[in-house]
Amino acid sequence: MSELINKIRQFFASQTIDLFIGYKKGRFGEGKPAFFTKPEQLKELVFDDKCIVNLAVYLRKPELKKFSKIGILANFGTLRALLQLAAENQIVDGQYLIFTVVDGKVLEFTNLKAIEEYVSKNLPKPNPERVALLKEIESKPREERWDWWTRELSSCIRCYACRAACPLCYCEQCLVECNQPQWVEVPPTGIGNLEWHIVRAMHLAGRCIGCGECEAACPMEIPIGLLTQKLNMTIISNFGQIPGTKLEPNYALSTFKVDDKENFIR
Amino acid sequence: MQEFEPKIVAFVCNWCTYAGADLAGTSRIKYATNVRIVRFPCTGRIDYMLILKAFQNGADGVIVSGCHPNDCHYTSGNFHARRRWIVFNELLELLGFDKRRLFFSWVSAAEGAKWANLVNEVVTEVRKLGPFNEYEELSKINVNSIGEICNV
Repeated sequence: MSELINKIRQFFASQTIDLFIGYKKGRFGEGKPAFFTKPEQLKELVFDDKCIVNLAVYLRKPELKKFSKIGILANFGTLRALLQLAAENQIVDGQYLIFTVVDGKVLEFTNLKAIEEYVSKNLPKPNPERVALLKEIESKPREERWDWWTRELSSCIRCYACRAACPLCYCEQCLVECNQPQWVEVPPTGIGNLEWHIVRAMHLAGRCIGCGECEAACPMEIPIGLLTQKLNMTIISNFGQIPGTKLEPNYALSTFKVDDKENFIR
Repeated sequence: MQEFEPKIVAFVCNWCTYAGADLAGTSRIKYATNVRIVRFPCTGRIDYMLILKAFQNGADGVIVSGCHPNDCHYTSGNFHARRRWIVFNELLELLGFDKRRLFFSWVSAAEGAKWANLVNEVVTEVRKLGPFNEYEELSKINVNSIGEICNV
């Protein structure tokens, strides 16, 4: 950690970066996102497995526009989110200095190409517990699945924390805020909740990098990550495109193959 | 008791299925009158939100239909739509949505008879399923019921 802090201090001293986004210890021992603009603040910097917040979510905020070069302490999800944002032309390569710590060793990425290589080499397997949970839900009869999901989704209070925590939900105007026409009911109604979660999952299909931030942010503990996870698995197995691994555009739903296979169109 | 007459909404593309339905009419092929056709420029324009809105507004079944692959007026609209449907279909499957009420089909401008058959099949199948009560139940969790819960 001190190695990292010294490095960042040097970058601050040489004015290579004017903002560093990392974590400090939160009230409950969690990694809380923190913004460092002065080298002396850096003594608070921490990085461990409790630092799960995806810091890429801040990069498109207007408040960050005044900083010319930004350093980021990235966990694996953040690295993938950076790649996906770059693939969608949302961030500019070269504006960021990205650090990560693996087994106590500091890795430094000066450009996104280096992240692409690192991510493609270290892509983790899907969490077996989550895959098993998904399988368990899918093996239920249809009516039970419907009841289970309607029960889960009925607790949604539509705070949109899932949207705010997601580094890829960056639309300036979201479909749920559109009221001419009103696509999705504003209060947390049965149909409105179902539609919101369908919309969220569909808009992230083929883009979700699976960092799990949406589910971690949900105050009602709804397993909404399962929806995007399922769609990602569908896209990987049907179209072979893995989001957040490439710098060039890699969005499965904006392209097609003539021989895409389905079995439900009459 | 009167037999249940399902309400079917059909989202069709202007260039193939709409023309196919037109052909069914000019060929004087009789088919079930339960279907309400909504014409779109292309299957690629048919958003999944429209399907959900149809169900919310009381449709018992929805047909989505357009040009066969390689026949799209805009070259690739139906290919894009097909990918989206593959993904959407999987999502509905996971949610346990009653997919027996959602029908996807390719009907060309020359297939008036196929269109008539499709509508007849859909109406028979949905009539067997009865009204879409699951969605109706969901709509009961509304602003009024939330108010009741909050007053407790």
